[in-house]
Amino acid sequence: MTNTATQPPRPRAAIAAKTLRTDRWWLAPLLTVLGLGAWVTYATVRVFLQNNYWVEKYHYLTPFYSPCVSKGCDPHAAHFGQFLPDSPLIPYAALSLPFLLLFRLTCYYYRKAYYRSFWMSPPACAVPDGHKTYGGETRFPLIFQNAHRYAFYAAVVISLINTWDAFLAHEKADGAFGFGLGNVVLWVNVIMLWAYTASCHSCRHIVGGRLKHFSKHPVRYKLWGWVSVLNGKHMQLAWITLATLAITDFYVMAVAAGWINDLRFVG
Amino acid sequence: MASKRQFRVWRGDENGGDLQDFAVEVNEGEVVLDIVHRLQATETPDLAVRWNCKAGKCGSCSMEINGMPKLACMTRMSSFAEDETITITPLRTFPVMRDLVTDVSFNYEKARETPSFAPPAGVAPGDYRMQQVDVERSQEFRKCIECFLCQNTCHVVRDHEENKEAFSGPRFFIRAAELDMHPLDAKTDRKEYAQAEQGLGFCNITKCCTEVCPEHIKITDNAIIPMKERVVDRRYDPIVWLGSKIFRRTS
Ligand code: SF4
Ligand code: SF4
Ligand code: FES
Ligand code: FES
Repeated sequence: MTNTATQPPRPRAAIAAKTLRTDRWWLAPLLTVLGLGAWVTYATVRVFLQNNYWVEKYHYLTPFYSPCVSKGCDPHAAHFGQFLPDSPLIPYAALSLPFLLLFRLTCYYYRKAYYRSFWMSPPACAVPDGHKTYGGETRFPLIFQNAHRYAFYAAVVISLINTWDAFLAHEKADGAFGFGLGNVVLWVNVIMLWAYTASCHSCRHIVGGRLKHFSKHPVRYKLWGWVSVLNGKHMQLAWITLATLAITDFYVMAVAAGWINDLRFVG
Repeated sequence: MASKRQFRVWRGDENGGDLQDFAVEVNEGEVVLDIVHRLQATETPDLAVRWNCKAGKCGSCSMEINGMPKLACMTRMSSFAEDETITITPLRTFPVMRDLVTDVSFNYEKARETPSFAPPAGVAPGDYRMQQVDVERSQEFRKCIECFLCQNTCHVVRDHEENKEAFSGPRFFIRAAELDMHPLDAKTDRKEYAQAEQGLGFCNITKCCTEVCPEHIKITDNAIIPMKERVVDRRYDPIVWLGSKIFRRTS
């Protein structure tokens, strides 16, 4: 059998232009760099500020500080104990943040997004890759992208914690039931986080994708169908959750700092 | 309504070539392949082009139109502005034969290397029975018309000739997925094979194959990522492993 690699490659068409695309193929990678860059900057600043993360009066906790497990946390905001040393270099939620970062970094959608935009491999279809050699995800360090599955399990646990936070936020400091705009913001964020987490490709695989015979597993087949619908929107959910996370954090910060008053419906 | 429009067509062979300018008549309802045919009928009778069905089903007329890999017979002239110059070039990833024709045998070699359907033991051909829910995933991949636009666009080989030996390409990942998901296929190591022999790990899921597939096969979401996940299952997932020990269920 002939083998493509044992003979010197025969020439391709000699076309001088690196790409002949005439559309604005650079727009999507540019927007990705700007969007992700802005978000990461905001999140990094917020995580190290170590203030205005908790509204004592209404028990609102921002997701960027959940679970609040540092000795520096406001004890009322610490629902899971305080055991991490208080240091300006250690975020109060240092238990969850690395896993969330790992979850998003190894996410199949974000991989596409940053490989195309930050790494230019390739920047757009039929536009040359910016690198001389290419091994993809076959070797260190990118082979670790396969750990996405573990990050997914961690993300489920963290989503549960965020859901718990949203529940607790209905009990005001005086113990009475409360309901304000902040609760709506927290719930929208939690629901979107669940939608994003459930739409994960690993989730789609675990609930049913790995089966060979759907007919033998009717319940998992149904679940797989639902997850597949969400999965089709995975990219949108990835961006929506970045927005809801930032908005939720900003809202809690604004109320905690006294820049705005929470709009109250009950209590 | 006929009008004259500007075209640039790559002409040449393995010794070199260039983009040549033409003004060609375009009529309402025409596709790029019609223009190539008109060129053959008028100015350039020897212009080489491969085509067959002119209906988007044979997969022969793959070329690059304004830099995007496309089927010439499915690219409508109405999708371009009247005053736009349209550039037509051969596929970049494969060796050029002449003008718009390339040698796509890379793909046939990869096809031969891909293990074919393994018949189930004890079931005679003709007695195969399966349920629709079990075959529907595989059926999506059967829509492939082997135009090789995905193979041509994939940066793993498009930009890195040296990867051709180790990388089979998206068209053959959907083939592996098709058989791995097939209810009657008896081969159990297709995922390991995809990883070790087909070069699945080279793919960085940037989805260009999906973007150019004229059959709209969700190559990345429905074949490549599921295959990557199946590889992870086998090797790294503790919960799946535990589940299989406790329940001893076959999937
Ligand atoms: S998703 Fe993978 S196979 Fe498809 S074009 Fe991109 S790198 Fe190639
Ligand atoms: S998968 Fe799509 S793009 Fe690739 S060869 Fe088949 S029809 Fe063409
Ligand atoms: S979270 Fe995006 S694929 Fe898992
Ligand atoms: S000529 Fe058959 S697909 Fe275009």
